Amino acid sequence: MSALQLDHVSKVYRSGDDDIVALDDANLTVATDEMIGLIGPSGSGKTTLISIAGGLLTPTEGTVLVGDENITDYDAKELTRFRGEQIGFVFQTVNVVPFLTARENLLVVGELSGGRAGRKQAATRADQLLDELGLGHRHDNLPRQLSGGERQRVAIGRALMNEPQLVLFDEPTSALDTHLGEQVMELIRSEVKGRGTAAVIVTHDARVTAYCDRVVTITDGRLAETATASA
Amino acid sequence: MKNALRELRRRPGRFVPVTAALILLTVLLLFLGGLLDGLYIGATGALRAQRAAVVVYSADANDSIIRSRVNETTRAKIERTPGVTAVGGLGISLLGAKVPGETTLADAAVIGYQRPPTGVPAVPPPGDAWADRRLESFGVRVGQTLRLGPREVPIRVRGWVEDTNYLLQGALWVAPETWRGAQNASRPDAPFAPGEFQVVVADGPGDPAALARRIDRATGNETATLTKDQAVLASPGTRQQKSTFNGIIAVTFVVVGLVVALFFALLTLERSPIYGVLKAIGTTTRRLFAGVLVQALIVATAAFLVGGLVTLGLTSVLPARIPILLVGSRAITTFGGILLTAAIGGAISLRRIARIDPVAAIGTGT
Repeated sequence: MSALQLDHVSKVYRSGDDDIVALDDANLTVATDEMIGLIGPSGSGKTTLISIAGGLLTPTEGTVLVGDENITDYDAKELTRFRGEQIGFVFQTVNVVPFLTARENLLVVGELSGGRAGRKQAATRADQLLDELGLGHRHDNLPRQLSGGERQRVAIGRALMNEPQLVLFDEPTSALDTHLGEQVMELIRSEVKGRGTAAVIVTHDARVTAYCDRVVTITDGRLAETATASA
Repeated sequence: MKNALRELRRRPGRFVPVTAALILLTVLLLFLGGLLDGLYIGATGALRAQRAAVVVYSADANDSIIRSRVNETTRAKIERTPGVTAVGGLGISLLGAKVPGETTLADAAVIGYQRPPTGVPAVPPPGDAWADRRLESFGVRVGQTLRLGPREVPIRVRGWVEDTNYLLQGALWVAPETWRGAQNASRPDAPFAPGEFQVVVADGPGDPAALARRIDRATGNETATLTKDQAVLASPGTRQQKSTFNGIIAVTFVVVGLVVALFFALLTLERSPIYGVLKAIGTTTRRLFAGVLVQALIVATAAFLVGGLVTLGLTSVLPARIPILLVGSRAITTFGGILLTAAIGGAISLRRIARIDPVAAIGTGT
């Protein structure tokens, strides 16, 4: 079973009388513990692709399977539930909630599962994740008390909180310097591989693709496999 | 929900402007409500205290006690009306009272009565009066002899009663002949005959409105009878005061809602990126909206508590003659109104929150 399977997926936006094809007959399969890099120029369709893969958008055509769940025809409510349970996101800029501590930022995801038992489990898992991410001493710090790299690690921890099938990274190192960026990518790789989770990393940075198992290029909404990388 | 509380606790500064505005509005609402209650209670106590279903005016009085006259013949017709079980005459004269040792005249309402109202003892001997405590602020004391009107009719204060005033004048409850003496001394051109009163209060079982209609039929429409509640509202200025104050209070509540709506609309705009992230990771619009609502209600509650204390402090330093009265029921309705308008104001953000697209959390191009 693959973690993500896109079959002949297209996304067309309507703009006045024109149709804008953001994604054109895309086919992509990501294995359960595979880490792929997605590169392409601005406006090429990267955001559309990971938005569809992550249940933020629905495709105009084609089929989207995440694990064994076909999300193609999900409505907004089902997609919200699906994202909370099956997907991890790490975004480029605004990421962590500024008035919550590192631990509470992870528990935002735990709270979505609800229930006293669920909350207790979530608290234990949040502590474990923060320890693994090297933030054991930062549990109760607010984001403003953390460095950029630490904040991104909190975001990675949050993405892993719900034990997702698939984690989507949007330019995870763009706000970090080279050294911190490498540290974060090593961390992402070890966490993703260690948990057997699939990951799609959108990036412009060639150094990031070096950590990926495979790199896929997208141009004008069309996907093409470009290289095989190895960390 | 918990996270909304955490934000309030950790970033109190950002909620200071809206809380301060709501404190001021709370003070305004409580102050207006206190004035309305003070004016209403101070103007209508003498009528509210009556143990009667109806108040009978002469037909030509236009529901004014001061203009009304009911003579003994009419009174006898009222007494014979089917369903009437008790009748008592009532006369009110608004006069200045000279208080021993004081230079300022006390505003007094000399009320002659036959049937003791609630809280007022039996009719005192001629020349004596039960005085309302409102007159204490003019220096009136028990045992003193006050001199009423231009002829300085003497009346001795026998004891205190409470909440029995008329048109914000301190009540002096006296025997009918004492009232008639004071009234005729100040208006010798239109004296009241023995047995004549301004109005008659009547009691009887059943619907007061039906009793009122029966009395007017029995007197051949020489009278215009109002139920007690109608008579209270017919007191000069009462209805107008109520509608004016209630209008201002209603507008103030609208302002409360607008302040809350504007503040949380701006806050939601500022939070849009983080709401986008939270929606992307599976937080529902409902959960985000509940957080906004909780914050709006907590801010409104805190503002009400502080505003209430400020109002209490302000009213405690105001001169006693300013007719402001803070009553529990007013505080409860004001609090309820503030919570409701704050909730409605906060709800304006729902549309904005619902429209935040989680896709916006992803910062790259298309």
